[in-house]
Amino acid sequence: MTALEKVEQQYMKKDLPAFRAGDNVRVHVKIKEGDKERIQVFEGTVIGQRRARNHSTFTVRKISFGHGVERIFPLHSPVIDKIEVVRAGRVRRSKLYFLRKLRGKAARLRGAQAEHEA
Amino acid sequence: MVNAILGKKLGMTQIFGENGDVFPATVLKVGPCIVIQRKTTAKDGYEAAQMGLVELPPPKRVNKPLEGHFKHADANPVRFLREVRLGTDAGEVKVGDKVLVDVFSVNDFVDVTGISKGRGFAGFHKRHHFGGGGGAHGSMFHRAPGSIGASAFPSRVLKGMRAAGHMGHARVTIRNLRVIQVLADENALLVEGSVPGPMGGYVVVHKAKAPHKRHTGPKPEEGKKKK
Repeated sequence: MTALEKVEQQYMKKDLPAFRAGDNVRVHVKIKEGDKERIQVFEGTVIGQRRARNHSTFTVRKISFGHGVERIFPLHSPVIDKIEVVRAGRVRRSKLYFLRKLRGKAARLRGAQAEHEA
Repeated sequence: MVNAILGKKLGMTQIFGENGDVFPATVLKVGPCIVIQRKTTAKDGYEAAQMGLVELPPPKRVNKPLEGHFKHADANPVRFLREVRLGTDAGEVKVGDKVLVDVFSVNDFVDVTGISKGRGFAGFHKRHHFGGGGGAHGSMFHRAPGSIGASAFPSRVLKGMRAAGHMGHARVTIRNLRVIQVLADENALLVEGSVPGPMGGYVVVHKAKAPHKRHTGPKPEEGKKKK
C-alpha cells in the first residue's frame, strides 16, 4: 500500500452500511447551530454513487412538498452521523437519473416504494 | 540541522475538516536523504549541504565524475541531488548525515519547489490569461492576441510584451503549505494544497522562508486547537 492510500484510508469510514442505487436511505446529517449540534435526517432514494476512494459521494433524491430535491453527500464526510438503509430497491442500472423525469406512481421502484413521493 | 528534505510527489487527495469542509492535500514521499557534500564558508564561500535522495532501485548507471563524487562521500549513488543552504548551526551537519521526514512537524509551514508540468507552446489564454474574443455572432476574433504594436505609435513591439510561447516545465516554488501530517514510518508528508509538477516528480521541501502567522486550514487529529 502506498503512502497515498494510507493517508486516504485514515479519512475513510469503515462502518458504512452496504447500499446501492435504488435503495431508500435515511442520512443523519449533523447540523451546527451556534455552538449547539443537532441531527437532521434526509430520507430518499439513492439515485447514484460515485465510488472514488475517500472522495466517494452518493446522491439522494426525495420529493419535498411536491418538489424534487437532490442532495449529494460525500460518503466519508464527518458531517454524516450515520446512514440507515430503509428499504432495498431492485433496479438494473447504477444511475437512476430517469427518476427525475417521472412523477408520482411512475417514479416508484420495485422493492422500494418511497414513502415521501407525492 | 538541515531545514529541508528532498522527495517525490506521490499524488493528491482530499481530506475532511472537522465541520465537513473538504481541503485539497498532496502526499509527498520525502527522504531518507544523505548528505553527500558539505560546502563551507572557508572553502566555497557559503554554508550548504548537498543532499541525495535515497530511492529504490538505485540508479543502474552512474557516470564516472559522479561515481567519484559518491565514492568521496562513501555513499551509494542517487538520482536526485540538490543543495540546500544551512543556517548558523551549519557546523553540526557532516557528510554522511541522514535527513529524515522528522525535520518537519505538524502545522509547520513549508515551501515546496518542483518542476511544473510542461504545457508546450501555449497560447495567450492559457499562458497569460488573456480574455480573447467571442466565439460566435461573426466576431472573427477568437483566440488572437489583439494589437501588439500599433502602426503609428510605437510602431514596434515593446520589449516584454506578453505573447504565446513555451509554458511550464519551469522551476516553481509554492510557499507556505501547511504540514497536515508526518508519516515517519512511510517517509511521507501530507501537505495542504498543491505542489508543482507531475506525480512522481522530484521536489525540494524547505521550511518556510516567511511562514504564515495564523492558519485557517483543517485541524489534524494530533494538531493544536484553532481559535
